[in-house]
Amino acid sequence: MSAGFVKTIEVQELRLAYDSTEVIHGITFDVYKNEILAVIGPAQSGKSSMLRCLNRTIDFTASARWSGSVRVDGEDVRRTRDVFALRRKIGMVAPLPVGLPLTIYDNVAFAPRCSGLTRRADLDPIVERCLRQAALWDEVKDRLASLGTALSGGQQQRLTIARALSHQPEILCLDEFSIAIDPVTTMRIEDALKELRREMTIVLVTNLTQQARRLSDRTLFLWEGEVVELDRTEVIFSEAARSQRTRDYVNGVFG
Amino acid sequence: MALAPAPATSRFARTPHVVRKERAQAVAKAVFAVMAAAMVVPLVLIVTYLVVRAWPALGPEFILDVPRRGMTDGGIWPAFVGTLYLVGLSLLVSTPIGVLAAIYLNEYARDSWFTRVVNLAVINLAGVPSIVHALFGLGAFVYAARLGYSILSAALTLAIMTLPVIIASTREALASVPMAFREACWNVGATRWQTIRAVVLPNSISGILTGVILQVSRAAGETAPVMFTGAVFFKAVERGRLFPYGLKDQCMALSMHLYTLATQVPNVKESLPYATAVVLLGSVLLVNATAIALRVLLRARKRW
Amino acid sequence: MNHDASTPEALAARPRRPAWAVHGERALEAVVRLAGVSAIVFVAAIFFFVLREAAPVLVKDDFSLLQFLFSTEWYPTSASHVRYGTLALTVGTLSVTALAMLIAVPFGLGAAVYLSEFCAPRLRETLKITIELLSAIPSVVWGFIGLTVMSRVIVSVTGAPVGVNVLNGGIILALMSVPVIVSIGEDALKAVPDSYREAGLALGATRWQLVYRVLLPAARNGLLAAVLLGVGRAVGETMAVLMATGHAVHIPGSLLDSVRTLTANIAAELGEAPAGSDHYRVLFLTGTLLFLITFAINLAADLVVRGIRRR
Repeated sequence: MSAGFVKTIEVQELRLAYDSTEVIHGITFDVYKNEILAVIGPAQSGKSSMLRCLNRTIDFTASARWSGSVRVDGEDVRRTRDVFALRRKIGMVAPLPVGLPLTIYDNVAFAPRCSGLTRRADLDPIVERCLRQAALWDEVKDRLASLGTALSGGQQQRLTIARALSHQPEILCLDEFSIAIDPVTTMRIEDALKELRREMTIVLVTNLTQQARRLSDRTLFLWEGEVVELDRTEVIFSEAARSQRTRDYVNGVFG
Repeated sequence: MALAPAPATSRFARTPHVVRKERAQAVAKAVFAVMAAAMVVPLVLIVTYLVVRAWPALGPEFILDVPRRGMTDGGIWPAFVGTLYLVGLSLLVSTPIGVLAAIYLNEYARDSWFTRVVNLAVINLAGVPSIVHALFGLGAFVYAARLGYSILSAALTLAIMTLPVIIASTREALASVPMAFREACWNVGATRWQTIRAVVLPNSISGILTGVILQVSRAAGETAPVMFTGAVFFKAVERGRLFPYGLKDQCMALSMHLYTLATQVPNVKESLPYATAVVLLGSVLLVNATAIALRVLLRARKRW
Repeated sequence: MNHDASTPEALAARPRRPAWAVHGERALEAVVRLAGVSAIVFVAAIFFFVLREAAPVLVKDDFSLLQFLFSTEWYPTSASHVRYGTLALTVGTLSVTALAMLIAVPFGLGAAVYLSEFCAPRLRETLKITIELLSAIPSVVWGFIGLTVMSRVIVSVTGAPVGVNVLNGGIILALMSVPVIVSIGEDALKAVPDSYREAGLALGATRWQLVYRVLLPAARNGLLAAVLLGVGRAVGETMAVLMATGHAVHIPGSLLDSVRTLTANIAAELGEAPAGSDHYRVLFLTGTLLFLITFAINLAADLVVRGIRRR
């Protein structure tokens, strides 16, 4: 159940187009503080694009044009004075695991260093805390100086989560984090997310409907760039779902 | 349902049609191989001929000694050291500009008509004939900037000439770093420059370095751009002296010296121009081979 | 552990980048953008400064641009009747370039096909390195080779009185242009997706049929660009043709005639032309002409390549 009813993300009439093809056709939804919101829907529904609008990494795609309003903690992301601070407020985990070609230590220390922290005394506790929260510490604590790219896929994904946590985000967004990793690691990350929700809001984009069911408080069902339904998870996954399409999707009639 | 009877010949038999196809292929392969060899073989023959003709004059003395007896005898030291000056100075100027320009083009520029114009400019700069570079150097550095005929003018002319290729090879090195790394950095709130410094540059240094080294040999080999901006026929210099030139002086250059000996000096000892050619060619090939070896070595040490 | 990262205390405790780093990065970004623009600046500067030295002669009464471009009479140092006609030089450039391309294009494309489709990987690496070294040979060394080695070969094989002529220049230029054609041609062939090859092989085609019917047409644009860039290199070449083609400013009658190219002419006469004189300015005008010609060739090559990317 959501911890409180404070809205942390408010999206209103978000439209997004790549060149002349519109992929998101005016979606509106809110995310509450400290909840886990799952965003489900088949491929090409605009789920990943929507996330990239949240932290403005959509800016790096030259062909993207978007309109509508996205507010994080009341601040319009488009008018923010410091877009880098916005990106540090929001942690982002991409679908494909990416270990930066730096040491494991430097991977996690990268964001704090960008913010101005330089002393080992300051960085060491951050590195350890984030690796623990990402359920990776025990496996790498003896080889922090080895290359991040040499880890396995599942380890690199956890490293990415550790990186995302290193700048103390208030919102953690995960974009289909489990598609390229093994089920055991997926389970460990899901356990970690259950711990993390106490400190932050989590937006979980996933194509695994059962994962949404396991983890989230509310579920948003996007289909071809439009909101089909947004409700408490137990409602979405039951016969009480308002839309037939929702019931069909969660029951695997189409994918 | 009865099985169809086995055909009289196996499906994979070599019919006359197949034989003809294979023969055509073998012929084609041989023809193309000959074409490839036609590039390599003449080169080997030519280089051998040059070395044979140059043999009497080759030796460490040849490089260290100065030209004697009206350049009909002696060595090439002033030209050799002059080339070192010119190459060093020109790369000192063109490398930073080229690397920064490539960083702009690959990391900062958006796809717009302006970027396309910049790209076109780089391509055209690369295609400018060397004599036109010489004319530019003459008009811009020697006269307009009042630097006169000097090492400085010549080096700056060479710098403009080597710039586009340094830009192109640096871009290639930068582009070989996967986009995923940059996106991962942006996701944690790093600025463009922080990303470049932490991930992009350290992983493209090897490519940048090889590109620069390759331009060393190009700058050393060009004649026209230096012939009219600062290199001269003859300059009296002490044998083996390491820093004989000042920036405002004129100098001798190895490339121009070869031209001089081959066309302007009567009664030159026969092996001298050949030896100059061998030294120039040898230096250029050595530098390039080093760059290639460096590239191969560093490719093996890739970090992802 | 429930820490709220958005309280005012927490926000104040967040580390901040020092001001010098923020301003320093902004300055660095400005420098980088400046460097990026520099390429345009330099190209424009080259055109400007070369034209600047040439311009005064254009407005002179006794100078005719048409005569400059289309007359074959080049007598810049004549005491009585000075004429500046560059047509013979242009034909010299064209003839040497044409011969060079006639040799270099089939050999270059053939070698590119061999490297890309038929060659074993080990051999390919060796050949590619050889080609790279070939393209590193300075033009003055090529000129020297033309003057000495090739000249002797031509005289002994054809019995011509003099070994520096169109044939010599053409062969030397061909050897110089081949590496460009091979490397860009090989890139163009490599860019054809493997799916084309697989489809062809699945249909029973031999390697050769694959090349002839599928790959060459598919890589057509890139191969054309390779040839254009080879032409650009040949047209702009100075020292090699200066030393290998001789000194005669006339329209060649045969391959064994000496000629002079536009580029070589400038190099040969610039030293003697007094600064500021008409002769000097006309040489700069020739340089402007060369700049425009190679500009056009490079533009064409770029448009051809752009045609690929749009597909």
